[in-house]
Amino acid sequence: MGISRWLASPCLKRLGLTVLLALAFIVASPVKADPGQALLADLADASPRQIDAAIEAIVDSGDPRARDWLDAYGNNRLSRNKNTGQVVEVLRNVGRNWTIADPLTGDNLGEISRRELDRVNINNAIRGKLEGVLAMLDLYSDDPEVQENAAEAMMGKVNNSVVNPLNKLLERDLPGPVRNRIEESVAIYQLEQGDSQARVEAIDVLTGSLHSNARAALNNAVAGDDPAAAARAKQALVSIEQKLQMNRVAETLYFGLSLGSVLVLAAIGLAITFGVMGVINMAHGELIMLGAYTTWGMQQLLPGQPGLALILSIPAGFLVAALAGIAIERSVIQHLKGRPLETLLATFGVSLILQQLVRTVISPLNRSVTTPEWMSGSLVINDALSLTLNRMYVIGFALVVFAGLMLIMRKTRLGLEVRAVTQNRAMARSMGIRATRVDILTFGLGSGVAGLAGVALSQITNVGPNLGQNYIIDSFMVVVFGGVGNLWGTLLAGLSLGTINQILEPWAGSVLAKIMVLVLIILFIQKRPKGLFPQKGRAAEG
Amino acid sequence: MSIKKYVKLGLSALALSLSFHAMAAEDPIKVGILHSLSGTMAISETALKDTMEMLIEQQNAKGGIDGRQLEAVVVDPASNWPLFAEKARELLEKEKVDVIFGNWTSVSRKSVLPVVEELNGLLFYPVQYEGEESSENVFYTGAAPNQQAIPAVDYLKNELGVERWVLAGTDYVYPRTTNKILETYLKDMGVAEADIMINYTPFGHSDWQSIVSDIKKFGSAGKKTAVVSTINGDANVPFYRELGNQGIASSDIPVVAFSVGEQELAGIDTGPLVGHLAAWNYFMSVDSDANYDFIDAWVEYKGDEKAVTNDPMEAHYIGFNMYVEAVKKAGTTDVDAVKDAIIGVAVPNLTGGYATMMPNHHITKPVLIGEIQDNGQFSVVWETSSTVAGDAWSDFLPGSRDLIADWRAPLKCGNFNVKSGTCGASAGEQALADAD
Repeated sequence: MGISRWLASPCLKRLGLTVLLALAFIVASPVKADPGQALLADLADASPRQIDAAIEAIVDSGDPRARDWLDAYGNNRLSRNKNTGQVVEVLRNVGRNWTIADPLTGDNLGEISRRELDRVNINNAIRGKLEGVLAMLDLYSDDPEVQENAAEAMMGKVNNSVVNPLNKLLERDLPGPVRNRIEESVAIYQLEQGDSQARVEAIDVLTGSLHSNARAALNNAVAGDDPAAAARAKQALVSIEQKLQMNRVAETLYFGLSLGSVLVLAAIGLAITFGVMGVINMAHGELIMLGAYTTWGMQQLLPGQPGLALILSIPAGFLVAALAGIAIERSVIQHLKGRPLETLLATFGVSLILQQLVRTVISPLNRSVTTPEWMSGSLVINDALSLTLNRMYVIGFALVVFAGLMLIMRKTRLGLEVRAVTQNRAMARSMGIRATRVDILTFGLGSGVAGLAGVALSQITNVGPNLGQNYIIDSFMVVVFGGVGNLWGTLLAGLSLGTINQILEPWAGSVLAKIMVLVLIILFIQKRPKGLFPQKGRAAEG
Repeated sequence: MSIKKYVKLGLSALALSLSFHAMAAEDPIKVGILHSLSGTMAISETALKDTMEMLIEQQNAKGGIDGRQLEAVVVDPASNWPLFAEKARELLEKEKVDVIFGNWTSVSRKSVLPVVEELNGLLFYPVQYEGEESSENVFYTGAAPNQQAIPAVDYLKNELGVERWVLAGTDYVYPRTTNKILETYLKDMGVAEADIMINYTPFGHSDWQSIVSDIKKFGSAGKKTAVVSTINGDANVPFYRELGNQGIASSDIPVVAFSVGEQELAGIDTGPLVGHLAAWNYFMSVDSDANYDFIDAWVEYKGDEKAVTNDPMEAHYIGFNMYVEAVKKAGTTDVDAVKDAIIGVAVPNLTGGYATMMPNHHITKPVLIGEIQDNGQFSVVWETSSTVAGDAWSDFLPGSRDLIADWRAPLKCGNFNVKSGTCGASAGEQALADAD
């Protein structure tokens, strides 16, 4: 600490400068100290009160590297070498030795022990301001996408120093969305700081906006001490609230659909093994877990390509879970045919074994599965409604899996044989169908689909030894509610339970919502013991 | 079973022959380790068992305590709360351990309490908890609410200007009690009822869509909003992921968490979480030589470059060293002597200061606020100017305001009511009464 402070002291800087000057004189070539060095040193030394000035100095320098420096600072990447006092950019900050680079030249400086580095402090408040500063820089960008993001980031961050440049920017020719955003953010500023005339105009600009910052500003105006503005803001809020209502309904439906599709995915494999074959497989959840772990393993094999790994995990997850399922069927379930209670206990044992196996072999800790770039973030419909992308992919995936399964059961020979064997085993066998083989294939199929569910779940929940446990109850619930042995029932049951849950949740809280859904199912089963779509005909008695 | 018996027989025979060899050497000091190695809590507790084994190994390399070696006795209570009590009994009655380090969840601690009080054992509990307890036989080396929750709220209010609060937690005793304390504290500071939103979710909750959407809505009312999260364990991962997906950045609505540490972040891509906060008494990123040495030893012990350390591990480090000092001071491992000797013992913590055992069996700790970084670590953005002493009984709950704990003679009471001047039932009796 002492050394770095001494190095940074102005006395030494002057000394360094003299040495440099002397060197320049000797070599007689125009060597000049990089001004960036001083700027970064000032940033690193700044006390909390001086930090704004230090950032401003970097921006005002007009240095083309300024944006990179501030970006590195905002991302916690600037550190000071305790020995030399040099400000460096940390490229890799994992493990005991970190890779650093010179922010002035971009040269890689190799590895250094993290004990030698002193991080340049930043916190949320500074980061918020920094985002505003960077957005201001980006607004002048030629790339329309960068410009649009910058305008978005500007919302709620306008202050005295940027309002004039922004107004000047508005005189230029701007793309529509960028212009709207800037107008709105200036209006928010006017509503907070302007005179009463400016406030009224600002409210008119914000009236149609669904953006949360706009609503926040209007709410503040309602509570403010300007009665004219307050009344107008109140009116504006009422009209916004009406628009929001529609969006909220759409949002709830989307949430319901996405939770529903997760339930469908988890349950659809069970709909085959339990629904069609009649096997109570308590290890179904662990088959899901295996699928999720396959995704993790695949990402370990293909580092840096999470998207490709995820796509390859779909067939791999299916295979792994299917093989595990077949192993369970051969080793345990086939010996317990027609003894549901024993099957339940035995497969429960299998599920505990699989969980502990994962804990011992891999780790009791959750594994980190990376979400590929194209699956993170959300699709923005408008300011109040955006649909999260990972959920959207899961909904699509669930529907594809369902359609594929339906196709297999209805249109292939295997499907025909499965239906024949489950309806009347003895008769099917006497017609020349190898029932044992059908059992293996069906159980493999159901287990494989569980593996697919695991691949999808790895993108929205934790991949850990307990993953399966969290879904087994829900899966049985969906299958029973939908009607045992009916795939359509499973689909409809999953989606409707998901939606009901999401409608109840904001109103009752998630704990109570879950209980209410359970009570609902109990009441429903009392009334219709065979579920939504009871099987008809002879199969129903079997 | 029989194999185990043979092994044990063999071991005791070995021990016997060894003791013949070195007539002067005393019996080893037996240290019981009561952490789940299987079941749901294995995720958190396995690392603590390893920490204890490492500390014991290090101490033995230094020559043990006053020449006596230490011996770890590990049992697995399997995340099963009643089993914790049985295993504690086994450790104390059968294995005759001198001290136990263990437990994570409050419910497991409550299950063990009556046993350690009945058999007069020693238990070091390393996890932050809801307070409202002080047992003669338990030493709480994790944070009480005033060492974590209250300073975190102060930070949000004073440094970030937060005026609207979401208290989100998992539905069990620690979040419920902590939120009750925080709610009273906030209301005492003049925060209106309408500016506090409380939400509970079940263990392992993974569908956060509508809750995050609600938080977003709550945060658009015009006042700076923050989320104070007592969400437990791995439910945090989908929670943070949903925050990232719904575009809630830390500069808009910061989340400060009390149960998210380096271990939890290891299972998550922290890119979208940069800037969200956690309050602890230790972070792996703390810049102190004691910490770097501890991390180096841990990495070497685990044989894993990526092994992380966290707050409860530091608590065990402190607790273990306190025990060592107390035994040295008392000159014996006799439970009553150690209990008296340990009060006032001060040992270095990993953040560059000292931790002292207070008469209420809680310790002094610095409070740190850290921001999540993109490498899964926290960077410290704020800390208390000095250490804070743990308060067993919160000043912000009506029932406990008048209670104090002091285990020195002549008071020797864990819940002395200063108004009525009486001492209530012991923590173990209390736990039994609550269980009935």
